[in-house]
Amino acid sequence: MSVIGDSGRPPPPSRRKVDVKALSIQFGLSLLLVWLAWEAVGNVAENMRARNIPTSFNFLGATAGFDINQSLISYSATSTYGRAFFVGLLNTLAVAAIGIVFATIIGFIVGIARLSQNWLAAKLATIYVEVIRNTPLLLQLFFWYTAVLAPLPGPRQTLSLPGLSWRMPEVGALMAAAVAGSFGFLLFAFVRRQLRRTNLSIPAYAAAAVCTVAALLFATLGPKVVGLGVSSGFFDLYTGAYVFLNNRGLFVPAPVLGDVGFRLLIVIGASLLGAMAFAYWAKAAREERGLIFPVGWISTAIVVLPALVVLWLGSRSLALDYPQLRGFNFNGGVRIYPEAFALVLGLSLYTASFIAEIVRAGILSVSKGQTEAASALGLRRTATLKLVVIPQAMRVVIPPLTNQYLNLTKNSSLAVFIGFPELVQVFVGTVLNQTGAMIQIISITMAVYLVISLATSIAMNMFNKRMALAER
Amino acid sequence: MKKSVGYVFAAGMAAVIGSAAPALAQTQPAKSPTLEKTLKAGALSCGVNPGLAGFGMPDDKGVWAGLDVDLCRAVAAAIFNDPNKVKFIPMTAKDRFSALQTGEIDVLARNGTWTMQREAELGLLFPVTNYYDGQGFMVRRKLNITSALELSQASVCVQQGTTTELNLADFFRANNMKYEVIAFATSNEAVKAYDSGRCDAYTTDASGLYAERVKLTNAAEHVVLPEIISKEPLGPAVRQGDDVWFNIVKWAHFAMVNAEELGVTRANVDEQLKSTKPEVRRLLGVENKYGEFLGIPNDWAYRIVKHVGNYGESFDRNLGAGSRLRIERGVNRLWTKGGIMYAAPVR
Repeated sequence: MSVIGDSGRPPPPSRRKVDVKALSIQFGLSLLLVWLAWEAVGNVAENMRARNIPTSFNFLGATAGFDINQSLISYSATSTYGRAFFVGLLNTLAVAAIGIVFATIIGFIVGIARLSQNWLAAKLATIYVEVIRNTPLLLQLFFWYTAVLAPLPGPRQTLSLPGLSWRMPEVGALMAAAVAGSFGFLLFAFVRRQLRRTNLSIPAYAAAAVCTVAALLFATLGPKVVGLGVSSGFFDLYTGAYVFLNNRGLFVPAPVLGDVGFRLLIVIGASLLGAMAFAYWAKAAREERGLIFPVGWISTAIVVLPALVVLWLGSRSLALDYPQLRGFNFNGGVRIYPEAFALVLGLSLYTASFIAEIVRAGILSVSKGQTEAASALGLRRTATLKLVVIPQAMRVVIPPLTNQYLNLTKNSSLAVFIGFPELVQVFVGTVLNQTGAMIQIISITMAVYLVISLATSIAMNMFNKRMALAER
Repeated sequence: MKKSVGYVFAAGMAAVIGSAAPALAQTQPAKSPTLEKTLKAGALSCGVNPGLAGFGMPDDKGVWAGLDVDLCRAVAAAIFNDPNKVKFIPMTAKDRFSALQTGEIDVLARNGTWTMQREAELGLLFPVTNYYDGQGFMVRRKLNITSALELSQASVCVQQGTTTELNLADFFRANNMKYEVIAFATSNEAVKAYDSGRCDAYTTDASGLYAERVKLTNAAEHVVLPEIISKEPLGPAVRQGDDVWFNIVKWAHFAMVNAEELGVTRANVDEQLKSTKPEVRRLLGVENKYGEFLGIPNDWAYRIVKHVGNYGESFDRNLGAGSRLRIERGVNRLWTKGGIMYAAPVR
C-alpha cells in the first residue's frame, strides 16, 4: 500500500507488479505457518502416543460408570461419557441463564438504588456493591454453600412450610380465584387510570388488596356457588405441610399436567402470537391516530387469562406429585438442590454488584438537561425515565453488561468446589480423570465456552444495535 | 478424521511436551534413564497425596510423613543414602497420572489403586501393592444402621475422579438401590459437606475413612460400616519403558517387607550386618551384589532399613498403633502372620 502516494491513484501496471510480490511473500509465509503447525501437531501427537496418552475421541462413546445427581436429561451410570458431557453442558447453561436473569434484576435494582434520594437505600446499595465486588467469588460461593447448609436440619427433622393441599376441585377453585383476581386487577387499573385524569389517585397496593380479597372470597364461595360440589372451603386448603426445606434441598409439589399440558402449550403459544399482534396494532394506532393503550397490561391479560381458563377447565385431570420422606431422603415433587441454589445465589449476587455499577454509570451518563427538557415538555417522571433516560442509558450499559454475562457464564465453572455437576465438574473433573484424555477434553471444554460466549456476544450485539440511538 | 482432529487439538501442547521428548522416549536394557535423571537432579521427584493422614501429609513442622512418603524415602535412601533427597510434589487425583506420564514426577506414591485401565491404557506400571485396601462407608452413629445395604435412598459424598466414584455407582447398581451422589473436587470439601450433614454417608478407601474421621468435628459420632465394596490394591506407579527403574521401586518395597519378615529393624540393622543368617546377609548386601545390577549400591537395603525402617515399623508409625489413626493391620499383616503382605526373596 505504500506505493499509493499522496497523489491518490497509483498507475495500474505498477500496482499489479507490487501485488505479485506481496502475494508471493504472503503465500510463502502462509506455507511456513501451515508447515510449522503441522510439525507441532505431529510432534505432540507422536509424543502423546509415546507416553500412552490417548489421542482419539473414541472415549466419548464408552460407558461412563459414574452417577450424576442432577440432570436435565435422563442419565445413569450406564450412559456414555458423551451423554455425561451433555448433562454437564445443560447444567452449565441452565445455571448461567437463571443467574443472568437474577443478576440483571438485582443489578438494576441496586444500581438505581445507589442513585436514590433515600439515604438509607443509597447507603445500603453502596455497602452491597463494595462488599460483594471486592471479595473473591470462590470465597463467596463457599460462604453461601455453608450459609445455606449450616442452619438447615437434616431430612428427618425437616422444616415443613405451610403448603396447599391441592385436591382436584380445589385447583379449580384456585384457578377461579386467580382469574377473578386478574380481572379485578385489570378493572382496577382501568378505573385508576380514569380517576387519575380527574386528579384523583388511589395507591396501587390498595387496588391489589381489594383484588386479593375479592379473589379469596371467590375461591371460598365460588365452588359452592358454581356447584362444583366441594364441601370444603378455602381454609381447608392450608391444612397440610407439603413443602419441605432441609439440608438436602427445597422440595415442593410438582404439578402433573397430563393432557392439560399439551392444550396449555397450544393456548399459550396462540395467545403469545395474539399479544404480539396486538402490540403491533397498538403501535400503529399510536403512530397514526395518536391512540394510547396500556399495552403492557393488555398483553399480559391476553397471555395469562386464556391459560388460566384452560387450567380451570382441565382442573379435574390435574394432579400434584408430593415430596415424601422415604428412607434417608425425600422423593417426588420438584427439588432445588442446595448446591444449585448456592451457586445461582453466589453468581447472581456477585455479578449483580458489577451490573449495579454499570447501570449507575449508564444513568449518570444521560445529562441532566435531557431530564429537564422532558419535564419541560410535560412528561411525567416515569415517562421521562422510560422514554428519555433509559433508552439513552442503555447505549452505555449494554456493551459492559455483555461482559458481565460472559463472566457469569465462565465463573459458573467454580461450581466444581461446591459439588454442582456443571460442565467443568463433570467433564474436566470426573471424565478427564477416568479416561486420561486430557488434551481432547480440555480442548472440547474450551471450545464449548468459546461458543457459548460468542453466542451471548452476538445476541447482545444485536440487542445493542436495536437499542442504539439513530445517529443524525 | 478423528485422528486429524486430535492432531489439531494437540497443537497447543507441542512446545511444552516436545522439549522433554527425546530424553525420555528411548529405553536401554541395562541402564535406567529415570535413575540417571534422578542422580543428575540430586533428588527423587515423587508425587504424593497433598493431605491424607497416614499416606502423605506434611506434619506440623512441614515434614512429609506417611506410608507412601516412606516408600519414596526408601527409594531415595537406596539411591542417595539420604531419605531427605526427595522432592515431594503434592498431586490432586486429577493430574497425578498426567504428571507421571509427562515426566514431571518419576514415582507416583499417592495411594493410587492398581487397575487394568491404568496399566493398559495409561501406559503405567504398578510395581507392588504397599497397602491392601477396600472401599467402605462412614455414617453417623445415630442413624443406627449396621450395613451398607441399608443405605438405599441415601446421599453420599465422594471425591470425584477416583475409582471410588465408579465403585460407588457399581455398588448401588449391583444391589438395585437408589442413591444420590455429590461429587467434590477434593476429599477435603467432600468431608466438610458430609460433616455439615449434606450427606448421610462418606465413602472412600477404608484407610482413608479412618484418616478423615480424625478431621471431623466429633469423630466419636461416626462409624465405619463393615462392608468393603471393592478391592483397592494401593501402590506406587511408574512409567512403562524403564524396567530397571520399575525394579528399583519394587525392590525398595520388597526390602522393607523382607526386613520385617527377617526381624531386621531400624534399631538392630547395624548388629544384623554381623548376622549369620544367609537371608539377612543377602538382604543387607553383605553377601552377593544384587544392587549393582540395578545401578544402585549393594547396601541399598541396609540404607532403606537404617533410614526408613522395615514395613511393619513404617505401618505402625503412620497408620497403626503408633499413629493417631490406629488402623488394624488386617490383611496387610505379613503372610507368615495371617495376612497377604508377601515379598519375593532376595536371592
